[in-house]
Amino acid sequence: MGILLAFVRKIIYSLLLLIAVIILNFLLIHLAPGDPVDTLVGEMGGATPELVAKIRAEYGLDKDFFEQLSTYIGKVARGNLGNSYTFNQPVTRIIFHRLPATVLLVVSALLIALFFGTLLGIMAAQKPDSLFSHFVTVFSLTSFSAPVFWTGIMLLILFSYYIPIFPSFGMSTVGLEGPLIVRMFDTLKHLFLPAITLSSIYLAAYSRIARASMMDVLGSDYIRTARAKGLSRKVVVYKHALKNALLPVVTLVGLQLSQIVAGAVVVETVFSWPGIGSIAFKSILRRDYTLLLGILFFSTVIVVIANLITDLTYRILDPRIK
Amino acid sequence: MKAMFKFLKNCMLLVIAVLMVTAIGYAEAPKKGGDFVAIYQPGSLPAHFNCGIKSGAAIAFPGAQIFASLVEIDDKWKPIPYLAKSWEISEDGETYTFHLVEDAVFHDGQPVTSEDVAFSLEIVKENHPFGAYMFEVVDRVKTPDKHTVVIELDDPSPALMMALSPALMPILPKHVYGDGQPIRTHPANAKPIGCGPFKLAKFEPGEYFILERNPNYFRKGLPYLDRIIGRVVDDINAAIITMKQGKGHSLGYLNDPHKIKILKKSKNLKLYSAGYEGIAATYFLEFNLRRDTFKDVRVRQAIAYAMDLDFITKKLHMGFTRKATGPIHSKTLFYTDQVKTYPLDLEKANQLLDEAGFPRKDDGMRFSATLEWFPGSDMKNVAEYLKPQLKKVGIDIQLKAPAGFLPWMMRIGNWKHDLTLNNYFMWGDPMIGVHRIFHSGNIRKQVWTNTSGYKNRKVDKLLEAAAEEMDFEKRKALYAEFQRIISEDLPLYFTYEAPYHTAYHKDLRNVPIPSIWGAATPNDKIYWKNGRAPR
Repeated sequence: MGILLAFVRKIIYSLLLLIAVIILNFLLIHLAPGDPVDTLVGEMGGATPELVAKIRAEYGLDKDFFEQLSTYIGKVARGNLGNSYTFNQPVTRIIFHRLPATVLLVVSALLIALFFGTLLGIMAAQKPDSLFSHFVTVFSLTSFSAPVFWTGIMLLILFSYYIPIFPSFGMSTVGLEGPLIVRMFDTLKHLFLPAITLSSIYLAAYSRIARASMMDVLGSDYIRTARAKGLSRKVVVYKHALKNALLPVVTLVGLQLSQIVAGAVVVETVFSWPGIGSIAFKSILRRDYTLLLGILFFSTVIVVIANLITDLTYRILDPRIK
Repeated sequence: MKAMFKFLKNCMLLVIAVLMVTAIGYAEAPKKGGDFVAIYQPGSLPAHFNCGIKSGAAIAFPGAQIFASLVEIDDKWKPIPYLAKSWEISEDGETYTFHLVEDAVFHDGQPVTSEDVAFSLEIVKENHPFGAYMFEVVDRVKTPDKHTVVIELDDPSPALMMALSPALMPILPKHVYGDGQPIRTHPANAKPIGCGPFKLAKFEPGEYFILERNPNYFRKGLPYLDRIIGRVVDDINAAIITMKQGKGHSLGYLNDPHKIKILKKSKNLKLYSAGYEGIAATYFLEFNLRRDTFKDVRVRQAIAYAMDLDFITKKLHMGFTRKATGPIHSKTLFYTDQVKTYPLDLEKANQLLDEAGFPRKDDGMRFSATLEWFPGSDMKNVAEYLKPQLKKVGIDIQLKAPAGFLPWMMRIGNWKHDLTLNNYFMWGDPMIGVHRIFHSGNIRKQVWTNTSGYKNRKVDKLLEAAAEEMDFEKRKALYAEFQRIISEDLPLYFTYEAPYHTAYHKDLRNVPIPSIWGAATPNDKIYWKNGRAPR
């Protein structure tokens, strides 16, 4: 009963958060100089003032701020996120069309980072002064410090140009026809470099945390007891120590999830990955209010859901939490 | 005997020559087939395809494949028959009669008629950003029969033929776009129906579009390509890699010398600077003539004398730009170099500034001014060069980096600048691209109008006369006088012309397309050397 109540309370807080985010974002975007009509005019290379006024009226941008805000909130409450000025399509359609691509990228990057990060960390923790452990430390620092677009472009040049194994952009080869398995393989090929790039920062962080956390756990009493009982190193580490060592990593994942979604914006742009990250960037440049607000709304929803899942995972991993 | 041998030798040579020519002719006969992938630079994929209501290089390329127009313009600025197979112009230059091809059909099978032409002209005149500049002079359009269009003008307009180009006046089907829905948000803008060489097969906004061959194209036997795929690559480095790999077959509007150099080194590619004469991008330094410091022409001339254009073009831009001399691009018809120029002369600059009443103060500076620029690396370089350079003549330049395209555009539009670097496109005829910058009647709170605030009745009269002058030589003389006055008055100091470059895959034939509009004209004659894209 306690869990259910806690859950419901969390959901209500999340809803309030969502509304606050919408209002804040609306305010921030309107503070920036320029609106979608200015972008349109700039692209056209100039237009007569009459034409500009006409377009502005068509888009409802000549109304005052509060009227626009209330109109927008009213629409959102009814599930209508409006039309994108850039793409001339409903925002919901654009986002749902592109959301799977971002989810694929983010989940793949997360899994890679988690799996390899913790693996490296655990292996290093078992022999803390070895060459391997130091290598893990240096590698972590480098991946973590390198700006993610630099990492992306470097990988692109290395593995798409000099050693042409991977494609240089996109999620699939345009105009490719064939059975599902062929298309899936094509998508995987396109996914490889962007996923590795996005995972690089977090892989580093997780490996460091896992290493430190595992070292900590390996030094504790109950582990020594298990070894004394005669259990093998492998069993001790992977069956007993791992679960406890993982707790800080899981916390980190939950905290950093919003950062991963943000990192996806840069990675999607470098690799022309057709997710919501790449159009987030574009919509800011073009002051596409409705699209940007829609994206921010969805990102907030994703982060909120992810945090709820993290919470749940915690409860599963740690029997101490009721 | 000797004569006999000589005769035989000549015969042999002749036979060999004939065989060779036949062989070459046969081998190079256009081959049908293949996909052509055009790469778009970051951020530029169009949101729809109706180039009748929106201008810009991005939309002009697919627009000119999907929609046809009355004429095409070749690389010598001459109109060639397209949807109009012939035409007559009346003696007084005020009546144009076009005879349309009779078997042209739209992509949905409906025939193309004069009604569609009349309809399209109205749409463009009302909604295109240059609609007024191009077609204000049109009094009315008559359609005496299905394949004849008569355009009646209030005054003669030498720019009319130019305005009937594919990118500027596409022929839209009345039965689709004239159904009463507002044109700006019409669903057929993203699902266009035209009568051009290609039709739209698939469109993923923000990612790519696929055009496929129109089997009922009215130019029989064309186009050669199966499909044209327009793909935007969000990162310029990824775009270059794609081109170097040979997976992208064209990339245009290149003006960054570093990137041009990288692409030039590739064995797969050939670079051309042709095809941008219609756009005719000209770069300049603009003075806000409302500022006290810039009201005196001697100050403007002094600044011109202090700028070393050789350094800018040869060193900063690594030789990829050309010195400009005035408001009209050197590759266009009305250019003259008989104007006042300002070779580097710091002494003269200092002298002029003293004469104009801006002596050096204790700190060595005469006055200070802010300098901004249209976002882009080539102009940023020039701005950063100007700071130390103008310091030498006692002008303290404050660099004001643009916070983005929109903020810059709004500042200039509201006349908040002192100095700005900028460029404009001529769009084929000075009436379309140049008049708007210099005529005193076009001083508006909007970028790419007369934002410097220049008011010269003599120039106004010259431009108005040139707008109606049908005689080419007389028109040329009017524009020559115009260019001379601008070079003396310097509301804008013209610095360089940046020849844009296009990179094409080496296996493509009939590129660059022989038109002043470059790729923004029907690509119906391009073909692959081997009938397909290289693997």
